[in-house]
Amino acid sequence: MSGIRSVCVVGAGAIGSLFAGHLASVVETKLLVRRKEHAEALNRQGLKVTGKSQLHSRVTAATDPAQLEPVDLIIVATKASAVAAAAKHLSGHFPGTTVMTVQNGLGCEDVIAQHGDWPVISSITFMSGIRHSDVEVEYELDTETWMGPWSKGSADFAVTRAAAELIVSSGLRAKAFEDVRPAQWSKLIFNSVVNSIGAVTNLPHVRDFARTDRPADLGTLVRAMMNEGKAVAAAQGIKLYEDPWEMNVRAVSHGQTGLEDYAHVFSMLSDVRARQLTEIDWLTGAIVREARRVGVPVPIHELLFALVKGIEHGWST
Amino acid sequence: MKVCIVGCGAIGSLFAAHLARLKDIEVWAYDLDARHVDAIRAGGLRLSGKSTVHSHPHATRNPADIPPCDFGIVATKSMHTRSAMEATAAVFRNGAVCSVQNGVGNEEVIAEFAPRVIRGTTFPAGHLVEPGHVEQDTGGKTWIGPFEPKPASMAEVEVLARRLTESGMETLAMEDSRGAQWTKLIFNAATNPVGALTGLPHGVACDVPALRTVISALVAEGKAVAAALGIKLDSDPDELVDYAHKVAYLHKASMLQDALARRPTEVAALNGGIVAFGRETGVPTPLHQAIWALVEGLEASWKRNEPGSETRK
Repeated sequence: MSGIRSVCVVGAGAIGSLFAGHLASVVETKLLVRRKEHAEALNRQGLKVTGKSQLHSRVTAATDPAQLEPVDLIIVATKASAVAAAAKHLSGHFPGTTVMTVQNGLGCEDVIAQHGDWPVISSITFMSGIRHSDVEVEYELDTETWMGPWSKGSADFAVTRAAAELIVSSGLRAKAFEDVRPAQWSKLIFNSVVNSIGAVTNLPHVRDFARTDRPADLGTLVRAMMNEGKAVAAAQGIKLYEDPWEMNVRAVSHGQTGLEDYAHVFSMLSDVRARQLTEIDWLTGAIVREARRVGVPVPIHELLFALVKGIEHGWST
Repeated sequence: MKVCIVGCGAIGSLFAAHLARLKDIEVWAYDLDARHVDAIRAGGLRLSGKSTVHSHPHATRNPADIPPCDFGIVATKSMHTRSAMEATAAVFRNGAVCSVQNGVGNEEVIAEFAPRVIRGTTFPAGHLVEPGHVEQDTGGKTWIGPFEPKPASMAEVEVLARRLTESGMETLAMEDSRGAQWTKLIFNAATNPVGALTGLPHGVACDVPALRTVISALVAEGKAVAAALGIKLDSDPDELVDYAHKVAYLHKASMLQDALARRPTEVAALNGGIVAFGRETGVPTPLHQAIWALVEGLEASWKRNEPGSETRK
């Protein structure tokens, strides 16, 4: 159907495990991971998916790309901060193979392109999972992955569509776009705002994020900051796929789980609580960089960027 | 002469202990903290650190105990100004009441309860070591002047300044004390919340270039509002930031101390005050408004019992 007969997923966190666990049910799937014990466990026990899908598939895992046979598609599913190391690791391997990025924010495609001339598919994913062990992941939110040929690269739309069809056939949800930037920027603006505000206030995505009665209400801040991001997108000629403010209102209105009191703990807030480096450089920091390029002022983004940098600085001193 | 200190926490205790050294002044300390009040009654009030004082002000939790006073010195946290003044209004039927609190907007509240009001700003800081004992961490002056809408007379202001100075708290009386107040306000509003939101002491925060830039941007917004109000600042708050970087590198701003203890902060009187006066004068203050919302959000996370990271504990 797709012409893609084998896939290599790089990074087996929650998102990487979800891709690999599903794809392995329809196509030969390899995993490139960092830890030797992790690779051994996957080779021995396979990869199990629970929650919204019930799957248990055999996979081939390795820590060195030289140990893996050629594949038709590579999905880089590490955290944004680990993409540079992953791309360096892949350098010289899998020549000509299409590489798909699924990180939050902007800029990972450029990092990949610095280490090889692979055609690149940009994508953003809204699905989420909980990693229960090295060999088991729970499929939590069964939302879509949006993908399109990277605007600065050489991947074509036919390959992108084939990859999307393969992902859909494996039981996940995906959509291919000729130009994914409108969708990518919608999510970038949304995430740059709510993730950084959540990290600084220690709040998950509670209803206050959409409250705008007073100047000091959190929703007033969320909206003002999103307007900055929208101005940057507009200055770049990008027409957004969805209004980030509406995404925010929808996310806090009922919660994607349908539970009344559900409030999503942002990945950046989880990182702060665990004292791990956050993705601030690829989210809020990306907006600050893009804003400078087109000469649009984004003082609130600069404020939130600086505050999260300050929080991270506290762990290193 | 009778003086009542309204709110005898760390700052109030500095004033109460110093003034009570003067033989001809009757000093009353009003506070809701039973242990502190009982300790002062039993063994007096002690200061250590930058001052060494042991004196015996009267102390009470019951405003009915307090005789009519010539002067009040309000030193509560700004969010308690109203309840404290409601409780003690009778004490000041004929008195002049001076705020030495953080932020702006306290004098306006005091003026609802007292006939004459003094605008004050104080730099000394301290912390409660144990009931009856306060450590003074920093020295510095206090500036007082008539609160324009409902002023105490300049003669009264001068009396209070002279007596405070005699007691060891150097105090300057001035016709217009807004410059001192806004200098401290802008400094505090630009630096305190940055500490509270990042967990960083002052100097460490200033080491992060992006944060230092943000602090200057907050200072600039505050200066624009002060200028629109016709206030001439005593000194450049940005230079105070650099000075504090050197002399108070590991100082944890009071708002950071509040955040670590998960107590309500004074953000509404600091950043909220700048936002309110900005609106009044048509000066945009988007960053102070953002900071106000962020600190309120952080406070909301404590009410939800969100776990937080170690830095916030």
